[in-house]
Formats: sequence, structure tokens, C-alpha cells
Amino acid sequence: MAKYIARRLLIAIPLLLVITIIVFLLIHAAPYDAIDAMTNPKMSQETIDAIRARYGYDKPVWVQYFAWLGGILQGNFGYSIVSKTSISEQLAVRIPNTILLVLPSYLVAYVLAIVLGLVAGSHRGGKADHVIDGIASVLIAVPSFWLAMLLIFVFGYLLRWLPIVGMQTVGDGSFVDVLRHYILPFVTLTIAFLPDNLRYVRSSTITQITQDYVVVQQAFGAKRSEIMFRHVCRNVLGPILTRLGMALPMLVTGAIITETIFSWPGVGPYFMTAIKGMDYPVIMSILILSSALVILGNLLADVLNALADPRIRQGVIA
Amino acid sequence: MAAAQMTAAQAGVPKAGKPKRQWTRASAAWSAFKHDKSAIVSITMLVIIVIACLIAPLLPIDPNATDVAHRLAGPSAQHIFGTDQLGRDYFVRTLYGGRVSLLVGLLAMLTSLVIGIVVGTVAGLVGGFVDGLLMRIVDILSSVPWLVLVTVVSVFLKPGLTSIILVIGLFSWMEIARLVRTETQAIKGRDFVQYAQLCGVSRTKVIMRHVIPSALPTIITASTTSLASAIMTESSLSFLGVGVQQPMSSWGSMLQDSQAYMQNDILMAIIPGLLIVIVIFAFNKLGNVMRVFADPQVMSGERD
Repeated sequence: MAKYIARRLLIAIPLLLVITIIVFLLIHAAPYDAIDAMTNPKMSQETIDAIRARYGYDKPVWVQYFAWLGGILQGNFGYSIVSKTSISEQLAVRIPNTILLVLPSYLVAYVLAIVLGLVAGSHRGGKADHVIDGIASVLIAVPSFWLAMLLIFVFGYLLRWLPIVGMQTVGDGSFVDVLRHYILPFVTLTIAFLPDNLRYVRSSTITQITQDYVVVQQAFGAKRSEIMFRHVCRNVLGPILTRLGMALPMLVTGAIITETIFSWPGVGPYFMTAIKGMDYPVIMSILILSSALVILGNLLADVLNALADPRIRQGVIA
Repeated sequence: MAAAQMTAAQAGVPKAGKPKRQWTRASAAWSAFKHDKSAIVSITMLVIIVIACLIAPLLPIDPNATDVAHRLAGPSAQHIFGTDQLGRDYFVRTLYGGRVSLLVGLLAMLTSLVIGIVVGTVAGLVGGFVDGLLMRIVDILSSVPWLVLVTVVSVFLKPGLTSIILVIGLFSWMEIARLVRTETQAIKGRDFVQYAQLCGVSRTKVIMRHVIPSALPTIITASTTSLASAIMTESSLSFLGVGVQQPMSSWGSMLQDSQAYMQNDILMAIIPGLLIVIVIFAFNKLGNVMRVFADPQVMSGERD
């Protein structure tokens, strides 16, 4: 097992390096750079050159790349062009806020998806299946931002039950206050995460139930619940675990739209402000972070898969 | 010589019996459609919406005529959907917004279709190192969060309709490439393709004449789903303010505008959103119905 993970890691590292090179070249190719943000046209060329030299921008591209990469490895993502603040400091505050929102809602959606998907798939064509599949296919067509707008209208404006902006009321940081701010974005995200996984569980349950081994079990007089829990569930849950690993990047970028609508102080609004202000270092930091998480997530998915399926560990199947 | 090659290639296609099989598949798809009430309702609504958007310029109402005295008005005989913050007729504006949404969706889908078919057939036919490389790229692109990719690239392009179409198309072809690759690999081993290759028919010709027609049902099915997700992507981007820019508007950007007036005029927020939901739902349903046509296993109940 350790050997398997080590081999996967060895593949992941060069991939990460390639991504950093691409991102660095993108920053480099951008129409203006951090120096343009620090200087103004009134400065003399000498002053500009001096600033350029101080930050190392006069060195060859590859030297700059290694300096930048070294910074990232030490957790220093550089500075925003627009606000001149440290990106790492901002992210250190914002990522926990995003995780606070994404992790619980993803897990709730995940569990709901498994339960509802198994129920629908095992009663294919029945009433429960019709209702569950119907809801899933409607929800898949609902843009999450529109859902958020409707929730804001009903619970924020019409009923005035819940606050609709931010994470807490100014001057009131109590738990109840944060919880009240938490409900609407949480519900939006849970509903947004639900249908994809739900349909996946449902269709793989259906695929499993039509397999020969189920027929054999039935022929031997196994009870329906026995077949479901002992055999079908096990085969359905394997690939679902993989999806859990793949969802890792969501922890940073999974709620950009929802956070923006509710002004939740996470990565989302930070990213959107950076996009609109052409703040390349911020944009690229988030891109690097999410690519790294994508690769880590794939690694995690492979490992989870190998744990669930001994054939993969032993190299019988890819 | 060239003529001889052509006939040889054509003779390789098993002609007899094929039209009949297509016909039974089509009737299976039709009966799947007939028995799905939500498919009938949503696809009918989709047809009405598309026609209404197409004929919008023929209507005698100017979508840009402002009437500040009647701003944010509710529905009336004069303005069936009421008016917006500048007193413009919301019904006509919705139809014009729909033109933009549907156009961007359609062209983005076509872009991703072209890239997906090219990558899929090349990977499937050539195989080996090229296949491995292309599929790695597909894996990476499909796992990085699309919103991050799309917005990052849109920063480097000039804002405008072409950029949005390109950006959406450039990052949504992966699924189609995967499907086409699988189809190509299956087709590659068939006798008539190997015969055509043996006769010296060029690779391009083999692709155009044999591979793509065989993969067509899969491609058509995938394209409806791709169209639905392109419309969703465009509306999210426009809602976030990095998509369609003023003075042009799409359903997504109309929803963004409506945010500020939600308390006074909720209809402004409901109508474009509802249309997005109906259109995406209908295209997904259409895709499901077509899958019966593309994949006989769905019909026989082996898959869903």
C-alpha cells in the first residue's frame, strides 16, 4: 500500500511543477505587472528601475520563477496589486471561512445523495423513484445563484427571519448570530451539491441491480435487504468514495457564487474582486491552490479506491 | 483508381438492414418521449420559448425604449411582464435576453463539439502516446473547478460575446472527447474500417466517412447536455458580472440587475430564472430521450 501511494506521489509532483510553470508564465505574460502597480508615470526611469531591481524583476525569467516558487513553498504567495496586502494573510483568514461553509454542506448533501440515491435506484420506476429522480432533475436545472436569490427574497425580505449579508452582525459575534447568517448559504450550497451525486448513486445502483450476481442471489433465496446491504451497497459506495476525494478542491473554490451573493467573507468574494480588478497575483494564487488540491484530491481518490478495492492495489486492474 | 477506392470503401459499409435499425431506434426514442409527461411539457415549452425569442425583433415593441414614469411597474395589458428599473418593457427584454443566452449556448456548444470530436477521434484512432497525453489533458481540465478556469482565461481576453463563447467552449469539450474516443476505439476494430484502411483510404476520409457517422447518435445526445450546461455557465458568468456586458443582456445579467430591485419587483428576478430552469431542464430531457436512440442498452433497461 505504501509503495502504491509513493508511486502516485511521484507522478503528482512533476504535474504540480508543470502547473506552477504555466501559472508563472501566465502572470509573466499579463499586460501589466506588480511593478506597474507600485510605480506611477511621474517617477523617473531610474526610480522605476531601482524598484524593479529591489523586487528582483530585472533578473532572468527562470531566476524569477525559482524565487517565486520558493516563496510559494514557504507559504508566501506575494502581494495583491490592487490592495497591496499579503495574499497569504488574506487566504489564511478566508479559507477557514469557506471550509466552514463548504464542508458541512457537502457532507450533508453527500449523505443525503447516498441515501436517496439508493432508495430511488433500488425501487426503479416506483413512486419513490419518480419523486426523487424528478426533484433531482429539476434541481440540476436550477442555477445556484437563482436559488439563493429566491431564498433571500422569501426569508430575508418577505418573512424577515434571517439576515442575508455577511457572516455576523457588526458588534455581535455570538454563536447564535453566526448561525443565523449561516443558514441561507448553507441551504443553498447543500441543494447545489445534492443532485449531481444523487443521480450518480441512483444510476450506479440501477446498474448494479441488473447485474448477474443479484439474480444469482435472488435465485438462492437471499432476502432483498441482504442483497442490498451486503452486495449492492458495497459496489455502489466504492466509486462514490472516489468522488469524495475529487471534491477536495471544493474546500477552496466550491462556493464562489454562493459566497459572492451572501457576501460571506470566504475565498469567493476575494476571487471575484480580484478578477474584476485584474489582480493577477491573487487570481494565480487561487488557481495554484485549487490545482494543487485537484491533484491531491485525485491522489486521495486513488488511495481511497485502492483501500476499497484490493484488485487495484495488487495491480490486477488499473 | 480513386473511384475504385471509393466504391471499395462504400462496399465495406453494411448497407442492408441499417435503415430499418435506425427506424426502430427512432420509434423507441419516440415512445420514450410519449410516455414521459415532463419531457412532453418541457420540450413543448422549450419550442415555444425558442420561437418567441427568434421572432422577437418582429414585435412592435422597442426593447430599449425607456419610460421612467412607469418604472418597475407590475404586469399590465400594455406590458405583460411589467417594466424594469428604466421603464423598459420586460417581456421584450426577456426575449432579447433569451436570444443572447441561447446564441451563446449554441455557439459554445458547437465550439466544444468541434474540439471534442477532433480530440476524441485522434486519441481513439492514433492511440499510444498521443492518446495517453490527450487523455491526461482531459483529466486535468475536467478536474480543475470550471469557474476558476473560465474566469482566469476571460481575464486575458477582451470582453465581448466572442470571448464568452470561446471561453465556455474551450473548457467544456472534455466529456464529448471521452465519449467520441470510446466510440472511435470500438469502430476502429470493425471489419469495414479495417478494410477501408487496407484499401489505402486516407485517415481523414475514414474519420469523415466511417468514424463520425457511427459516433453521431452519441455526439447528438452529448450535444444537448452540453448545450444545457453552456447556458448554465453563461448565466452564472453573466450573473457574476464577468459574462455578457452592457448594453447587451442575457438572462444571467438580467438576474444580476434584478438583485437591486428584488424588494420592489420580484417578477424581474423570477422570470429570467424560471426561463433558465425550463430551458436547461428541457435540453436535459431531450438528451435523455435521445440516449434511447443512441444507446440501445438504455431501452432494454440495462442502463439508465
